[in-house]
Amino acid sequence: MSHPTHSYDVLIVGAGGAGLRAAIEAAASGVSVGLICKSLLGKAHTVMAEGGMAAAMAHNDDRDSWRVHFADTMRGGQYVNNWRMAEIHAKEAPDRVRELEAWGAVFDRTKDGRINQRNFGGHRYPRLAHVGDRTGLELIRALQDHTIYLGVTVHMEHTVIDLVLDQGRAAGLLAYDRHRGTFQVFKAKAIILATGGVGRAFQVTSNSWEGTGDGHGLAYRAGAELIDMEFVQFHPTGMVWPPSVKGILVTEGVRGEGGILKNNQGRRFMFDDIPDNYKPQTASDPEEGWRYTQGDKSARRPPELLTRDHVARCINREVKAGRGSPHGGVYLDIAWIKEKLSGAEEHIKRKLPSMYHQFKQLADLDITKEAMEVGPTTHYIMGGIRVDGDSQMSTIPGLFAAGECASGINGANRLGGNSLSDLIVFGKRAGEYASAWAKEHPQPHVDEAALAQIEKTALAPFERGSSGENPYKVQEDLQVSMQALVGIVRTESEMKEALQRLVGFNDRAARVGVSGSREYHAGWHTSLDLRNLLTVSEAIALSAIERKESRGGHFREDYPDKVTEFSTINVMVKQSGDSMRVSRVPIPPIPDELKQVIEEQKS
Amino acid sequence: MISEATFKVWRTHPGGDGTLQTFHTKVSEGMVVLDVVHRIQAEQAPDLAVRWNCKAGKCGSCSAEINGNPRLMCMTRLSELNLMEPVTVEPMRTFPPIKDLVTDVSWNFRVKKGIQKFTPRPADAPDGTWRMAQRDVDRVQEFRKCIECFLCQDVCHVLREHNKHEEFIGPRFLVYAAQLEMHPLDTADRIPALKEEKGIGYCNITKCCTKVCPEHIHITDNAIIPLKERVVSRYYDPVTKLLQMFR
Ligand SMILES: Cc1cc2nc3c(=O)[nH]c(=O)nc-3n(C[C@H](O)[C@H](O)[C@H](O)COP(=O)(O)OP(=O)(O)OC[C@H]3O[C@@H](n4cnc5c(N)ncnc54)[C@H](O)[C@@H]3O)c2cc1C
Ligand code: SF4
Ligand code: SF4
Ligand code: FES
Repeated sequence: MSHPTHSYDVLIVGAGGAGLRAAIEAAASGVSVGLICKSLLGKAHTVMAEGGMAAAMAHNDDRDSWRVHFADTMRGGQYVNNWRMAEIHAKEAPDRVRELEAWGAVFDRTKDGRINQRNFGGHRYPRLAHVGDRTGLELIRALQDHTIYLGVTVHMEHTVIDLVLDQGRAAGLLAYDRHRGTFQVFKAKAIILATGGVGRAFQVTSNSWEGTGDGHGLAYRAGAELIDMEFVQFHPTGMVWPPSVKGILVTEGVRGEGGILKNNQGRRFMFDDIPDNYKPQTASDPEEGWRYTQGDKSARRPPELLTRDHVARCINREVKAGRGSPHGGVYLDIAWIKEKLSGAEEHIKRKLPSMYHQFKQLADLDITKEAMEVGPTTHYIMGGIRVDGDSQMSTIPGLFAAGECASGINGANRLGGNSLSDLIVFGKRAGEYASAWAKEHPQPHVDEAALAQIEKTALAPFERGSSGENPYKVQEDLQVSMQALVGIVRTESEMKEALQRLVGFNDRAARVGVSGSREYHAGWHTSLDLRNLLTVSEAIALSAIERKESRGGHFREDYPDKVTEFSTINVMVKQSGDSMRVSRVPIPPIPDELKQVIEEQKS
Repeated sequence: MISEATFKVWRTHPGGDGTLQTFHTKVSEGMVVLDVVHRIQAEQAPDLAVRWNCKAGKCGSCSAEINGNPRLMCMTRLSELNLMEPVTVEPMRTFPPIKDLVTDVSWNFRVKKGIQKFTPRPADAPDGTWRMAQRDVDRVQEFRKCIECFLCQDVCHVLREHNKHEEFIGPRFLVYAAQLEMHPLDTADRIPALKEEKGIGYCNITKCCTKVCPEHIHITDNAIIPLKERVVSRYYDPVTKLLQMFR
């Protein structure tokens, strides 16, 4: 085969926050680095992040420390997190944020000129470094503008189709160039997957088109283990109107700045349902909640800032009970703060500029004057590739994973702001350990026959031509099915039904056809994305059936409570022959000193 | 609102040329142009090439010329357009075509690499951090809102009509340079390069770039003019010149 071939010491798939941070670290260690991404550089999903990145720098409240951040993360994750990752994350995030400033990032400032930190759901103290409501843009641009001067070779608009192993070790991969539709072979001593999330498996999502679970699929097909796939985060506040923008995120920052949730009777329903373990930290009345959002350290947070899973379910309940807004959401009101602040309109525009524009442009609504309509949207997957907490190596030697496609730090539910910090903490570690691995190992052999097989599968849709199934239609039907049957509220019977339907979708996916030239062919791209979407959908459904309890982002109507038996395991899926095997893996016991940290923060 | 509309979308042919292809399609309330393109893709032209990512005006991927105006497709609502007439959707014309609505914007990435990178002064505090007041970063934060949609590059006549890609970096990268020059921590000096290699002199302040910027960055007033002033005071201002002679 005569495809163009590229060789690197470290090859990174994905140029979001995690991939770029890994590239910087790897390049700094002196190895040769290649970076592949589906979009143009700087466009990855990370660019959309709004609210901020969590790091216990204690600028706005000196009671904060890694211990509190760690305990918050574990509580949010309902204690099924990889505690080692939660520990590393809490300890290293402050340094990772500070170094962004050395690379040109410009965060919002405190009065004494340091990085300003904001309140966010589930974080005890103001902890999110931010830039208005466009923190993701700042992160990706700072990393991008640093990376481009480091000699990293970037292959933009290339899509990885499958990985190739050499005697069980990661060896290379086959990708296609989206422009020309030609195949490209990549060989590497170490490969880092940083491919982001899976939101596109659902109908209503805040994710960009790239979120098709490619890294999950690539790793799975190569034989790696995926864990926690039942834990999908539905963000409580997505836009619900007009239909074409349904799912687009409304940042939690709106609530952090004092925004409140109301039903169609004008009731602030979040005060009606505060879980016991959060009661000591939650405001007892609206006045206290307001003071909290304005930085009063003696006040406790309003119930709107409880964890996302809880807020999403409360909204779901209001809508189902007929107390929703006209378009099937509830009201999120930030305009009300004019009762409290003079110059509130300007304040809102300055603190939440992109939200202001987003509603003005897409919904004809002025958030400084009217309440928004919002409802839950598929946002993030806690589950993903199982990795070693320190090195980020997956269960396949030489294959690493970082960012949203890796699993562990978040447990059953991610706290807002913990993803961006996760990207830079574990992106760095993945880059560091992958380089070390590359230095110690020879270039593996990439088997031509394996490449040929991947190519053949990839071209099959062209063989079938336009008489085959329409790939867009299969994708859409899959999304509808997942949304309806494996969404916010789950039951065994519905999920079994989803698995049944998946069999049908798999058959249809095997029949999709496209015609025309391979150049920039969106229909072909969609056909190939389908494989990954189907894999993650099955993994989510199977894992969700296995976890017969409710915990964090995973809520079962047929098992509405937490069950002790499940507090010590992660659900794992792995390829076995042609089918997916699900099992339970025990969580290693947490060391005493970390246990103590959790206990001391429980008051 | 009407429920059907006609769109004329640019399609390239093998070999490089292209024509507008007419599509009749259903439309509904709240739709944006990108939705229409996606609907056409899903129902009528599966191989139609279009770039997009966030569908929320945040990534700057979906730039195109809608009825001749450079816009983001995901932020252009149909209610802003006259649907009694066909709506044309064409790629950015300043960049070489790849396919349909997708153009080759790689030149922009090369240009950026040629601008001297951020070079901060030594840290202010022992923990390696700096102190900056919010009012000192406001100006830079405006420039950092840029989503690299390249619409300003598309509309700038120096690039579009005069093809000065080799001599002029265009408004986007003047914003980038301004951001670095006005960054409170930066110590590098890009003024000579802006004058000699980056072609700041080509800009004759027509402000077309500012008008199309979806992030409402005051490209000319806040970035280009202050940079031009720096160039002038360095090279042409008699007093400065005199002082420089005695230094
Ligand atoms: C609207 C929104 C707001 C958010 N706000 C916040 C926030 O305020 N704080 C926070 O902490 N988190 C937030 N999140 C979550 C956070 O943004 C994401 O979890 C995070 O950005 C994921 O980063 P990543 O580096 O893992 O992957 P991504 O940024 O998703 O990047 C994935 C990369 O992989 C590439 N890729 C994927 N598949 C392939 C393939 N097959 N071949 C080649 N390349 C491939 C893509 O092209 C891309 O470059 C938000 C998410 C959304 C949707
Ligand atoms: S103001 Fe200058 S940079 Fe902007 S479009 Fe006009 S000539 Fe180009
Ligand atoms: S300056 Fe404005 S128009 Fe130009 S690339 Fe940036 S966001 Fe786009
Ligand atoms: S798709 Fe991101 S700006 Fe339009």
